[in-house]
Amino acid sequence: MSQHVLSLLVEDKPGILTRVAALFARRGFNIESLAVGTTEVEGVSRMTVVVNLDGQPLEQVTKQLNKLVNVLKIVELEDDSSVARDHMLVKVRTDASTRSQVLEAVTLFRARVIDVVSDSVVIEVTGDSAKCKAFIKVLEPFGIKELVQSGAIAISRGSKSMSEKVLK
Amino acid sequence: MTETLSGAQAIIRSLELLGVDTVFGLPGGAILPTYDPLMDSSKIRHILVRHEQGAGHAAEGYAAASGRLGVCIATSGPGATNLVTAIADAHMDSVPILAITGQVNSHAIGTDAFQEADIVGITMPITKHSFLVTKAEDIPAVMASAIEIATTGRPGPVLVDVAKDAQNAKFEFSWPPTKEMTPGYKPVTDPHGKQVQAAAELILQSKKPILYVGGGVIRAGAHKELHKLAKLIGAPVTTTLMARGAYPDSDPQHLGMPGMHGTVPAVTGLQKADLLITLGARFDDRVTGDVKTFAKGAKVIHVDIDPAEIGKIRHADVPIVGDAKVVIAMLTQELEKQLKGKKYDISEWWSYLNGLKERYPLGYNDLDDGKLAPQYVIERIGQLSGPEAIYAAGVGQHQMWSAQFINYENPNTWLNSGGAGTMGYAVPAAMGAKVAMPEKLVWAIDGDGCFQMTNQELATCTINQIPIKVAIINNSSLGMVRQWQTLFYNKRYSNTDLHTGTDTQMVPDFVKLSDAYGCLAIRVEKVEEVDAAIKLAMETNDRPVVIDFIVGRDAMVWPMVPAGVSNDAVQYARDAAPIWDGEE
Repeated sequence: MSQHVLSLLVEDKPGILTRVAALFARRGFNIESLAVGTTEVEGVSRMTVVVNLDGQPLEQVTKQLNKLVNVLKIVELEDDSSVARDHMLVKVRTDASTRSQVLEAVTLFRARVIDVVSDSVVIEVTGDSAKCKAFIKVLEPFGIKELVQSGAIAISRGSKSMSEKVLK
Repeated sequence: MTETLSGAQAIIRSLELLGVDTVFGLPGGAILPTYDPLMDSSKIRHILVRHEQGAGHAAEGYAAASGRLGVCIATSGPGATNLVTAIADAHMDSVPILAITGQVNSHAIGTDAFQEADIVGITMPITKHSFLVTKAEDIPAVMASAIEIATTGRPGPVLVDVAKDAQNAKFEFSWPPTKEMTPGYKPVTDPHGKQVQAAAELILQSKKPILYVGGGVIRAGAHKELHKLAKLIGAPVTTTLMARGAYPDSDPQHLGMPGMHGTVPAVTGLQKADLLITLGARFDDRVTGDVKTFAKGAKVIHVDIDPAEIGKIRHADVPIVGDAKVVIAMLTQELEKQLKGKKYDISEWWSYLNGLKERYPLGYNDLDDGKLAPQYVIERIGQLSGPEAIYAAGVGQHQMWSAQFINYENPNTWLNSGGAGTMGYAVPAAMGAKVAMPEKLVWAIDGDGCFQMTNQELATCTINQIPIKVAIINNSSLGMVRQWQTLFYNKRYSNTDLHTGTDTQMVPDFVKLSDAYGCLAIRVEKVEEVDAAIKLAMETNDRPVVIDFIVGRDAMVWPMVPAGVSNDAVQYARDAAPIWDGEE
C-alpha cells in the first residue's frame, strides 16, 4: 500500500466533486481523504486528495483524472517539497483535576482551546496527520467526547504557483 | 450580429451551424419546445424512432458507418434513461455521438418532478462529458463544446441535458460562441518524435513482430497509413473485433481476428511474437485471455490517443500518445529512414505463421440435424453482397460468425457492439448506417434473441424509406449462452430456448411480424433457397427486407479460448487443440 497526495485544480462547476469521487469509486482507487475549496482564481477550485494505492500505479489515477474535462491540472505533492496540514476539532472531557493536564498537552502540541465549559473543552489543532494522531493519543485517557477532522490540504514549498501555467 | 432566439431555436440553429444533418429521436414533455423549431429546419432531417434506445443505436450506426457525429434526442426521465444503454455502448466503443435530452424546469430540478431523472448523474460514468444547461444563453457554447469533445481526441458520447425553461427563454444568439466552456479539454494528437524513433528501432531489432490493430485505427481513419506501414515491414497483421475492415482480409499478411474466437494464426501469432506493435487497441480481456500469460515474450509498442489506455493492462516498452493516423505515418517515415532501402527480413517468422495458416484455416461443419449451417448463411451474405456493403451485427454467435466469415476490405463496413456487448444493436445501427450512407447496401445480421429487443425500429425504417436488409440467424435460442451451457454447464439449457424455430411454437413468427411492419419477409430453411433469398433482398429497395434463416442450434463458434484461460490453450474445435511443432 502506498500513499500519495494529489493536488487538483478543477473548474468550479456543479457536479465536479461527484465526478472526481465517482471516478475513484468505479476504478477501485481508495481515497484516504479529500478536501475541496476555492482558490486565488475565481471559478477555480482546488482539491487535495490523499489516495491509498494497492497495486495500481499512481499514473493510472492521474491519467483517468485528467480525462475528466473539468479537471485543469493535477500534481503529486511529494513529502520533501510540500507541506500538508490537517485541521482537527476535539471535544475533551475535563474536570478540575484534569483540566491543567489537558491544557499542558494543548501547549505542547501548539493547539488552542476555543471553548470551555465546566466539564469539557473544545480544542483546535493544526498539523500533519502524524501530529494529529499523536495528539488524539494523548487526549484519549481524558475521554474524547467528539472529534471532527478535515482532510489534508497541501501546497508546494517555494514561490511557484500551481495555477500559473494553467490559467494565463 | 445577434438575433433574438429561444433556447430551443438556438439548439436547432447550433446543430445546423455545426453541420448536423440528421437526428434520431422521440419527443416528450420536457423536450417539446425544441421539437417545434425542429419542424421548420430545412437542414436537419429528424427520424422518429419507436423507442429511444433505437435512437441511440441509430446515432451510433450513423457515426460508425460515416465517421461523422451521430445525434439522438429524447425527453426527460424515462426518455433519457432509455438512451442509457446506447450511451454506454458508445462509451465502450469510442463512438462519437451527441445525446440531447430535455430536463424539467430548472426550479423543479431536485423536487422529484414528473418525468424527472438526474440523467447527468446517471450517465456520468458512461459519457466522455455531460452538460446540464439551465440558461438559454449557454446553449450555443455548450453545443459547440459538446460536439468538439465528442468528435476529437478519443471519440465518445456527450450528453447535453437542457431544462425546459432554458429552451423557452429568449436571448441574443450570436455565432460563433465566444465563451469557452471547457478550458480543461486538450487532447494530444501529435506524438513525441523521440518515441517514434524508439519504436522504429525496436521494430527493426525484432524478429517476430506483429501489428495488433484495434478500433482506434478505424476511428482515426488511419487504414491507408496502416497499409503502407504493413507493406513496408511485411509484418503480420491482426485486426480485433472493433478493427475488422481496417486492413483487407484478402491480404496475405492478414492473420485474421485475435481473441476468444480469433483464428489460430492470429491468437498464436500474438502469443509467440517478440514485439506487439499495438495501434489503437486496448488489451481487452477478450483479446488477451489470461493477461499474465498473454504474449509473454513480447515487448510492446503502444500507440493510443487516450493516455490512460497505455499501461492500463499491459506495460508499454515504448508508449506513444497520439492520433493513430499521425503516428503511423510518422513511424513509417522513420522506418524508411532507418532502413535506408535495406529489406527488413522476417522470413523465418513467416514460415512459422504460414504453417499455422495452412493447418488451421477458419472453417465449419455441416450439422447432424440437417438444418442450415449458420456460418454458411453468413458467408453467402458476405460473398453475394461484397466488401462495399455495410454489415451490422447483434451480439452473440451470429456476431462472431459475421466477424469470421465475411471478408472485410474497407473500414467502417463492420458495425458491432464490441465492448459493451449490447444485444439489440443491429437493427437500429443498420438503420442509422443506411441513413448516413444511403447508396450502400446495409445488412443487419441479427440473432433471434437480439432481434426481439429492438425490431420495433422496422416501423421507423418502413415509414421513413430506409430499406435495410435484416438476416435473422434463427436458431431458436440465445445461442452463445447455449454454447457455454453445452461446454461448461453439462448441457443444462437453463432459459436459453426462445421457441422461434419452425419446429417450435414459433412465437413470434418473424415472417408474420416483419410483414406486419411493412417489410418484405422471407423464410429460408433449405440450402438451395439461401442465394435466391439474399439476391431478392438485395434487389428490393422499396421497403426493408427481413429473411428468417432457420438454422441449426447446435452449431458452435470455433476456435475458442475459454474465458480467463491462457491463449496458449486455444481450441481449434471442440476438444481439438492445435498440435504444436516439437520446438514450440
